[in-house]
Amino acid sequence: MKSKKINRYNLKALKKKFEFWATNSEEGGWSISSTDEGSQKMLEVEDEKKVKIQTGTEIIDDFVVDEDSSDDERMIINMGPQHPSTHGVLRLQAELEGEIVRRVKPVIGYLHTGMEKTGEELNYFQGPTNTTRMDYLSPLFNELVFSLTTEKLIGIEVPDRAKAIRILMTELNRISSHLVALATGGMDIGALSMMIFGFREREHILNFFEKTTGLRMNHNYIRPGGVAADLPDGWQKDIEDIIQLIPEKLKDYDDMLLDNPIWKGRLQNVGILTTEECFAYGITGPSLRASGFDWDLRKSQPYSGIEKFNFDVPVLSEGDVFARWRIKVLEIFESLKIVEQVMYQMPKGPYKIQDKKITPPPRKRLDESMEALIHHFKIYTEGFKVPEGDAYVAIESPRGELGCYIVSDGTAKPYRMHVRGPSFCNLQGLPIIMTDSPIADAVAAIASLDPVIGDVDR
Amino acid sequence: MNTEVITISSEDYKETITNIKKDGFQMMVDLTAVDWFRKREPRFELVVQFLSVSKNLRKTVKVIINDENLSIPTITDLYPGANFYEREVFDMFGIEFENHPDMTRILMPDDWIGHPLRKNYGSGRIPVQFKNAPKVD
Repeated sequence: MKSKKINRYNLKALKKKFEFWATNSEEGGWSISSTDEGSQKMLEVEDEKKVKIQTGTEIIDDFVVDEDSSDDERMIINMGPQHPSTHGVLRLQAELEGEIVRRVKPVIGYLHTGMEKTGEELNYFQGPTNTTRMDYLSPLFNELVFSLTTEKLIGIEVPDRAKAIRILMTELNRISSHLVALATGGMDIGALSMMIFGFREREHILNFFEKTTGLRMNHNYIRPGGVAADLPDGWQKDIEDIIQLIPEKLKDYDDMLLDNPIWKGRLQNVGILTTEECFAYGITGPSLRASGFDWDLRKSQPYSGIEKFNFDVPVLSEGDVFARWRIKVLEIFESLKIVEQVMYQMPKGPYKIQDKKITPPPRKRLDESMEALIHHFKIYTEGFKVPEGDAYVAIESPRGELGCYIVSDGTAKPYRMHVRGPSFCNLQGLPIIMTDSPIADAVAAIASLDPVIGDVDR
Repeated sequence: MNTEVITISSEDYKETITNIKKDGFQMMVDLTAVDWFRKREPRFELVVQFLSVSKNLRKTVKVIINDENLSIPTITDLYPGANFYEREVFDMFGIEFENHPDMTRILMPDDWIGHPLRKNYGSGRIPVQFKNAPKVD
């Protein structure tokens, strides 16, 4: 009897202690409204238009609400910013009804580092070091778009070999970027071996990048006026290996996933994005092509001499997560075609323009030429001046239209540098593809859009 | 690729965009602003890029924004994709968009003071005091 009494007393004290710890107040009570970060409301004021955006029914109203359910059953949860399936630090506020997602609000800005402000402080020669860190899975595209915009402002054309090297490197980068998308997308859905496979093949491409540019990511290889260095000796051998290896491995992926009933059941008819919605939200790239619209800037507004190479633009009409996954696989095959053609048609000549005011002279010339030394010093201290004006150039990055808008005021630094990141825009489609499906499918939907948070927040 | 560039005042903004939408420019691809602090009057310029995927055309619209109220009508009713971009411009430049569904900061924290991409906003260094330098407000 005695021992029971003691137990009861201890329990009470424990409960009191726990309540004090949980609520941090003497009175107790279970109030959880004390956090202001991550409010427990989807909206401060319920407005019809705002609700439509959050339910993804602004363009096409396919929102179905069960009559029997009441608001009491709805629950607001936060996904992220540290959730692994959000590919970085994306936070999603989702309203759930049971297991079904009803409303979604993407909250971004956790990786904002003010890169556009930094871009105004660096001169054009240093600019690619900044832009390459934006979309860290496709850094060469960011460098290319910055360089193309600068070259458009100056009014120069780079030599053919520089153009071909740029195409070679960016298309290889497209393959490596899509491989990560396939790998992490597979992991989110539960195909864990896909994670290992994708990163294993990407390694071969990154090794080639390391050999050529010196770094595996954030290369600063494509610069205004050409590229930083010529391709290394024996580069054909490396490319041949990549061209031979990747289709074999892609076949393995297809054997594993293409006719896999679990994979199909998880992905087909999930997160449908129509062409109309893509137009309204400015969604481009694989997501637009998977919705049945043939649009690729490489074909319609070619850049850097890509029109010389033969390739097809894969288009699928379903617009679901499966189509967005499949189109990335097909695009890898097309990129391999381009890489192969560039390898055999690589022109000879200089890899950067021979204007000493824009590109620095080779290192060994500094010992013998006073002029070379002066040019070298000038470029590395002041940079080069760019005439007044503004330009917008867009290229097809692995995620869609990647644009760069530079305003120049005639000095060596951009007056305003803005990058139109495709992920930033594509994120607006999240409510459309996530709502009215279980939370488990929502994870697949996020992975199919393939957002890179470095590109979203900049 | 030649882009047609038109410069308009903020009064004609909404009407011009409505006509552009009617002309078959399906996508608004980019919306940003430029701060011409002490270089031009009025100070802010809005730059909007449009893309027509059917005609394969681009169009740039530059809008000069009045200095007094720093506000301009939203185009989210015509192009819903402008939502995030207008929030970004509000966040970075402090230009308000009338009737925008959610005019809050998007990249900076909600309680941030100042608009970072304005030219008179310092970039994180300790300011150096020069003698007789013009004061920046």
